[in-house]
Amino acid sequence: MAPVLFYMFAGLAIGGAIGVVMAKSPIGSLLFMVTTLGAMAGTFVLLEAHFLAAIQIIVYAGAIMVLFLFVIMLLNLGHDYQKDLKGGAFAVMSFGVTGVIAGFLAQELGTTGIQDGPGGASIDALIAEHGAVGAIATELYTTYVVPFEITGILLLVAIVGALVLAKKEV
Amino acid sequence: MEPISGIPAVIAMAAKNLGIFTLVILVVAYATYAERRVSAFIQDRRGPNRVGPFGLLQPIADGIKNILKEETLPATASRFFFVLAPIMVLVPSLVTFAVIPIAAPLPTPWGVVDMIIADVPIGILYVLAFSSLAVYGVVLGGWASNNKYAFLGGLRASAQMVSYEVALGLSLIAVLMLAGNVTLTEVVWQQQQLGMWYAFPLSLAFILFVISAFAETNRLPFDMPEAESELVTGYHTEYSAMKFSAFMISEFGHMVTASALMATLFLGGWDLPGSWDNAFWYNGELISGFAANGDPVLANPAAWKTLLTFAGFAAKTGLFLLLYIWIRWTLPRFRYDQVMALGWKVMLPTSLGYLMLVAMTILVLDELGVNFGFLYGLVLTLVSGAATLAFVFFLDRGRTIAGAAATTSQKIEIKTIPTAVASGHAPGRH
Repeated sequence: MAPVLFYMFAGLAIGGAIGVVMAKSPIGSLLFMVTTLGAMAGTFVLLEAHFLAAIQIIVYAGAIMVLFLFVIMLLNLGHDYQKDLKGGAFAVMSFGVTGVIAGFLAQELGTTGIQDGPGGASIDALIAEHGAVGAIATELYTTYVVPFEITGILLLVAIVGALVLAKKEV
Repeated sequence: MEPISGIPAVIAMAAKNLGIFTLVILVVAYATYAERRVSAFIQDRRGPNRVGPFGLLQPIADGIKNILKEETLPATASRFFFVLAPIMVLVPSLVTFAVIPIAAPLPTPWGVVDMIIADVPIGILYVLAFSSLAVYGVVLGGWASNNKYAFLGGLRASAQMVSYEVALGLSLIAVLMLAGNVTLTEVVWQQQQLGMWYAFPLSLAFILFVISAFAETNRLPFDMPEAESELVTGYHTEYSAMKFSAFMISEFGHMVTASALMATLFLGGWDLPGSWDNAFWYNGELISGFAANGDPVLANPAAWKTLLTFAGFAAKTGLFLLLYIWIRWTLPRFRYDQVMALGWKVMLPTSLGYLMLVAMTILVLDELGVNFGFLYGLVLTLVSGAATLAFVFFLDRGRTIAGAAATTSQKIEIKTIPTAVASGHAPGRH
């Protein structure tokens, strides 16, 4: 069952990603991107990273992409169908470059394989003890608390910066 | 007793899927009936009473009518997205019910069956994930119709749902902190352990959650995306027949799911008073609690317990459904800027502050070594009660509680009417 589901989600993710660049309307691109994000969440579930899957959907598909949709609709970009992609040569080149990178990745992973890291067993124990969310939360708020807080401050700076840019007189 | 496994488990899963989703759809159908009957009662009318006894077959008649009606497709609409939108709004509203436990575990000859479709480890986050996807259908429907009213409805929907999701999530965190986990089975179990439902120890979170849930389901007084008096019917203005029906089903589906969720999070879910029905999977065994020395006490599941707890769950869900309908026919609609101001300037700071308060109280209680039980809940109840009173007084600012007569600023001076007007052509009866 798991391999079948994996190929389904992988196919959806890649198909969606191609759709993002090939779609004629911005709304179509956006929906393809949501498809890709959803399929990625599916692969996260297959890897038993349930919390990441949920966050992927809530934050990316449910919040950020909705704001994208909001902007597209406010600017009313959706209804005129002009292609942004430059002709055939450009498409072939970009697909070629992506293909070469994917090839290198496949070669690298094909020889070494994906293994449980040294922490694999301890991660299983953590999930058994604290649940899917607690396992990540414990690490985040103990070992990695400083980078986590700094990320929070970074986001705060971004919000304040956006306000300063958007408002003429603060 | 052992959990069910093997082929009987597959059969049980299929039966649960079929049974629960059929039930949800049935409840949705009769929620529309209840809405019309209750609104009629509130407005002193009769309501639908012609189809079947007491009009009970009205939802079926409505369904047949909607299937047989003509589907319209506006000439300037984006055909693909126009058809896609009702599907995208319908699916998330129904699948969220999968993680809500509806009754105590049912014993069968092949093992114990959990009365929940999927007890996923992320529990409530699954609900948040799918309810955050529901906005796409609404927004797409509004955009694809290529109609300015529908478009404005879609814009309002996206802004409103994103805004209130923040307060919804933050008020939820208080529950998750007290339960210590995100799965809904554990939330129910912890309420049984605490000896009281979370509506008391987390009263302010309860109020904030109910308000946000009303906004998330686009029900009055938050039905800005539809707002008949301003936007015709908002995002589904251009929809007819079964596609319109899909929007209606999804609205009521959201209501049913939100009601079940509120019942589970704050009114103990399927829990009934007393510890006779407590049940939880602990290290592979179904237990009903812990003895004084910390040993688990095995639970004693029975079919009648499952039935009774299901009745309890249904009653609590029905209570919230009634609240939804009652409020819809009681309160007028907010203005759009009021909705946004309430969301960002009241709900968000209040839920953030309350979260800090609950976190500190829990920390202090844990540091003092108070056992997770009635005393623990009582202290939290007092703290939350004080916070709730402060919140209500801040919102009210002496308008309702003291009464309009007590405030001088809002008093309207009644001027004496000049006699010329009073004796002249006064408007009104002739």
